[in-house]
This record gives sequence, C-alpha cells and structure tokens, in this order.
Amino acid sequence: MNAPLSLLKMRFLTGLQYRAAAAAGILTQLFFGLIFIMVYVAFYTHNGAAQPMSLKEVVAYVWLQQMFFALIVLWQFDVELFELITGGNIAYELCRPWRLYPIWYAKLLAARLSSASLRCLPVALVVFILPEPYRMPLPTSPAAFLLFTLALLSGLLLVAAISMLVYISVFWTMSPVGSVLMIAVAGEFFAGMIVPVPLMPGWMQTIAGLLPFRWTVDFPFRVYTGHIGVREALAGIGIQMIWLAALAAAGEWLMGRALRRVVVQGG
Amino acid sequence: MRLYFKYMSILFKSQLQYRTSFWLLCAGQFFVPFTVFAGIYFLFERFGKLPGWTFHEAALCFGVIHMAFSVSECFVRGFDAFSNLIVRGDFDRLLVRPRGTVIQVLGSNFEFTRFGRMLQSAVVLGIAVSGLSVQWTPAKIITLILMIFGGVAVFSGIYILAATFCFWTVQALEVANIFTDGGREMAQYPLDIYAKWVTRFFTFIIPFGAVSYLPLLYILDRTDGPDLLYMAMPLASLLFLLPCLAVWRIGVRRYRSTGS
Repeated sequence: MNAPLSLLKMRFLTGLQYRAAAAAGILTQLFFGLIFIMVYVAFYTHNGAAQPMSLKEVVAYVWLQQMFFALIVLWQFDVELFELITGGNIAYELCRPWRLYPIWYAKLLAARLSSASLRCLPVALVVFILPEPYRMPLPTSPAAFLLFTLALLSGLLLVAAISMLVYISVFWTMSPVGSVLMIAVAGEFFAGMIVPVPLMPGWMQTIAGLLPFRWTVDFPFRVYTGHIGVREALAGIGIQMIWLAALAAAGEWLMGRALRRVVVQGG
Repeated sequence: MRLYFKYMSILFKSQLQYRTSFWLLCAGQFFVPFTVFAGIYFLFERFGKLPGWTFHEAALCFGVIHMAFSVSECFVRGFDAFSNLIVRGDFDRLLVRPRGTVIQVLGSNFEFTRFGRMLQSAVVLGIAVSGLSVQWTPAKIITLILMIFGGVAVFSGIYILAATFCFWTVQALEVANIFTDGGREMAQYPLDIYAKWVTRFFTFIIPFGAVSYLPLLYILDRTDGPDLLYMAMPLASLLFLLPCLAVWRIGVRRYRSTGS
C-alpha cells in the first residue's frame, strides 16, 4: 500500500478509539438538531408558504448538518499539524521520503472520516423515526440519493483542501489563531451552516455563490432534498471538481514555496 | 473576595504577555456570535417575525443570554476547565491551602479573551434597546441587570455541576455541553417558541426561562399577574446555584487523588 493510503487507514483506526466522546457528540447533535428545527417551525408558522425552501427541506438540511457535522465542518483542526509547524518538528517531516501535501491531506481526511462514521449512523437511526415535524424525510429519488453521496464526498475533499490552505498559512503567520478563526467563522457562515443559503438575502447569496464554501455543505444537502434537480446537480459536481483542482493546486504550490523558505523553529 | 481579584489581576497580566494573540482571539470571540446574530437577523428579514416576537424583542433576549454566557465563561472558567486540575493532580495542592476550594478553583483560570464576546453582546443589547419602544423605568433597568446576573448564576451552576462529576469520572463530561452551549443556543430565542417539554425543562429544572423569558415579559409590559413576581424571577437562578454548590461540597469530600 502506498504511504498516504496506509496513513489514512492508521489515522482512521486511531479516531475510532474515542467512543465515549462520540456518544456525547451524538446526544449533543440530536439536541442541537431538535432546537434548530423548533426555531424554524416557529418561523415557518408565519409567512412560511412564500419561502424558497419548504419546512421539510429545512428539516432535512438541519439533520444532514448534524449527521455529517464532523465531515464538513471547517471548525475542526488538527492541533498536531500546527505544532509541527510552530514547534519546529517540521524538520523531521521534511526528512521523510514523501511529498508533504498528499500526506497531510490524507491525515485530515482520515480524522474527518473516522469521527463522522461513529456519529452518522446512530444519529440517522434516531432521526428517521422521530415524530413529525422533526422526522428526517427520505431522499426524493434513488438518483437524488446517489448524487447526494457523490456531492457529499467531493464536498469532503473540498473541505480538506480548504483546511490545507489554512495550515499552510501558518507557515507565514506562525500563530494559528488569527487565520484559523477568521476562515472558520466566515467559511461556516457562507457554507450555510448557520442559515441555509437559500434563506439568506439575495446579495448574501451572490457572495456565497462566488466562494467555494457553499459547495461543501449547502450544495450536497439540497441535492438530497431534491431542491437542486438532477441535471443541475451533475453540473454542480463538475463545479466542485473545478474548485477542488484549483484549491489543491494552489495548496501544493504555496506549500512548495513555504517549504523552500521554511525556518525551523526551536531546537 | 480580595483573593479572587488578586488571582484575576495576575492571570490578566499573564494572558496579556502574548499581546497579538490575545487581541486576535478577542476579535475572533467577537465574530463567532456575530455570525449567529447575523443569521437571526436574516431570518427575521425573510419571515417578518416570530409568533409573538419582533426582531428587537428577540435581540434583547439574545443579548442578555450571550452577555451572561460570556461573563460566566470569562470569570467561572476555572470550573469549566476543572478536569485539567483533576487529571494533573493539581487539585491536591488547593486542598492543603487554608482557603475555600470554590474561591481557589474560580481563581485557577480566567479567559479574558471573552471580552470580545461581551462587547458583541453589549452591541446587540444596544441595538435591541434602541429599537424597542419601551419606557425604561428604573425598575425595568434593574430587572435587565438582574436577568444578566441570573444568567451568569445559571451558567455557573452548570459549570460547577459538570466539574463535580469530574470527581467521579476524572475526564470532563462532554454531555455538559448540551446544557452550556446548547442552553445558550436555545435561550437566545424567547422560550415560548419551543415545544412544551423543552420550555418546561429549561424553566423548572435549569431555570433559563426564569432569567430570560419571564422577566422579558415584564420589560415588554406583557405580564398578567403581579409585576414584582416577574421582576424577581431571575433570583430563582440562586435556587439552582445553591444546590449545585452543595453537590460540589459532597464531591470534594469524596475526592480521591489521581496520584500523579
């Protein structure tokens, strides 16, 4: 097996060890989901019919958010990697006979996959049998579900590429605090984690459309509910791929530059 | 009390040593709830109003709860991060000193970067107050202040309760996040928009309703019944805090060191 793949597997297995944390996470996710849905139910009693998204679609959106939280949320960073850079251990990493970008990228993917796989199924089991109006609706068609899976996975690849850029920025800033916080806050908002993108005002949606973030959360979720049709979804996955290629290429290039002028910190 | 301020000034100085990082974190703490508030604003813009509540009324509720949350996160952080003391065995050191455990744990940690969050809540409160057509009598101002202090008491009670469980579990219980972060997310809206069981639980068990929703009715002149009862509601938070402190005492008595 080649290096990035076996690293992915190792990290995945390590992540699976934290079962108690996952159990707590499941309860938290269910509670938050319920609260958010209650808020939307209250909003929809007034003027709900005229909205670009039905309440059912919002419910699905909220539950998908909670189920795949660990997969798509930007606000999840590997402190180890930051310490590699600021602590100087990057020197060891550079001695190893592999390219750094794919290795780190695999680490990030594995961490996300393992924590999501522990949480996703239990949450799913509960939310599909909740009473109305909290119940999670089924996907509109098998095609929609298939496309959703594809879109979600390429969304995951995209999130990892975005967070790689954040790690690389630390080579310049040396303090993860600023860049992480700003990108996470803005990214989360424009991804539709706080308010679904179609419910934002028009000008905000335009901004969200210009940024890569909404392709990681908003797009796959709306494919699930059928809010985005099959043909549009196929085109969307194409756009995801273009973003992915662009961000990964930018990451590789920036990392190359950063490593050429890297100053090893500490002793 | 003097001891508490002494702890505070020492930790404040030590956190200010990393000045840039401190200010950046403050700014970040400002923006995190800012996006949540922006989300609420957009929802109100789209839907017009919540059943029975306008944007500014909801903003008042949001401001009070977030202010209480950030104050308690800053000044009661010692209990929030208590599992560190247990895991490292540092709690033993506190026990041999001739002072109470509560004050020492309180003084063990402060999170001054929450100033950013407090500032954000203050801005929201300002927006809410300027947008409401409420006659601000002294009684109402006192009620508003009581609401914030009551909220701090509720959040502190939850932190203390969660910290007490560390005596048995050593590790911090993540489930407590449901009541702190979850409680904040929930109580930032007026409580009556939720399902009955949520409203009841968060009024009678964990009294978020008593510090936000009920006194809010008084400020907005929607009470039916004696005003004084609504005004005094935030004091119910003490009924929550005191048992939490009592449980803490039991926990301290049962404490066995991790021995590290």
